[in-house]
Amino acid sequence: MKITTEYRHGRLTVWLNGELDHHVAKDIIETVCREIDQCLPLSCFIDMKGVGFMDSSGIAVILKIYKRMKELGGTVIIRNLGKHARKVLDISGINRLVNMEEVKA
Amino acid sequence: MITVNYINIEIPSKSTNEGLARSAAACFAAQLDPTLEELNDIKTAVSEAVTNSIVHAYPETIGKISIKGKIFDDNTLEITVRDWGRGISDVKQAMQPMYTTGGDERSGMGFTIMESFMDKLRVKSTEGKGTTVTMRRRLSYRAGNIR
Ligand SMILES: Nc1ncnc2c1ncn2[C@@H]1O[C@H](COP(=O)(O)OP(=O)(O)OP(=O)(O)O)[C@@H](O)[C@H]1O
Ligand SMILES: [Mg+2]
Repeated sequence: MKITTEYRHGRLTVWLNGELDHHVAKDIIETVCREIDQCLPLSCFIDMKGVGFMDSSGIAVILKIYKRMKELGGTVIIRNLGKHARKVLDISGINRLVNMEEVKA
Repeated sequence: MITVNYINIEIPSKSTNEGLARSAAACFAAQLDPTLEELNDIKTAVSEAVTNSIVHAYPETIGKISIKGKIFDDNTLEITVRDWGRGISDVKQAMQPMYTTGGDERSGMGFTIMESFMDKLRVKSTEGKGTTVTMRRRLSYRAGNIR
């Protein structure tokens, strides 16, 4: 899993690339939460375009980031969510907490 | 039902093997000419079961996990994931959505995902002895599907 981050004008963008499972979940949480603590962003965009596979570990990752951002009064937006990852997130009901931008083909 | 093919895999409960286990299951399932969506559903369900064995069955140690695949003559795939770990005292409770003993590292949605992505899910567990998860999914017949 490749994790790339960029902070600009109050917005932290995180690009995830690879398969999101339990094996990489901890690494993502640590990396992103460290960035959040450092930049104190107003919003956090998670770009899922490069995520070809995701299981329930992804739900916990997004929840953790959501909780940290909520403590700071910020928002989480999920971008470029693929059809399969969407199916997993829909079951979890997490879509009631975080914003999801339309899937781009 | 007649078994037309099978595969048996044994792995140690290391998280690096999660990707390997679901990919192996997907390769095996590929013989049934599944759609991309079916394949993703199977991969996800296998990932959930194997991750459970790694995370919950052997929390402190490395133990053995067995993954068995079977293909039946009616286009059904069966996957069995077995461990000899801690076991589950109350399976019914464990299968409730959002029930987890894994703290905020986990979401408690694994069994719910297995249940909704597969046609059948059976969980047998004995505390201190281990857990066996069996899942079945009947794949669609598609035009040009020759086996
Ligand atoms: N193989 C297993 N051995 C021992 N306990 C298990 C096993 N599989 C599941 N459990 C128990 O059942 C609970 C529910 O499992 P489930 O997969 O639904 O959620 P989770 O693993 O806690 O979270 P998630 O799968 O969403 O990351 C677990 O928290 C654990 O207590
Ligand atoms: Mg689980």
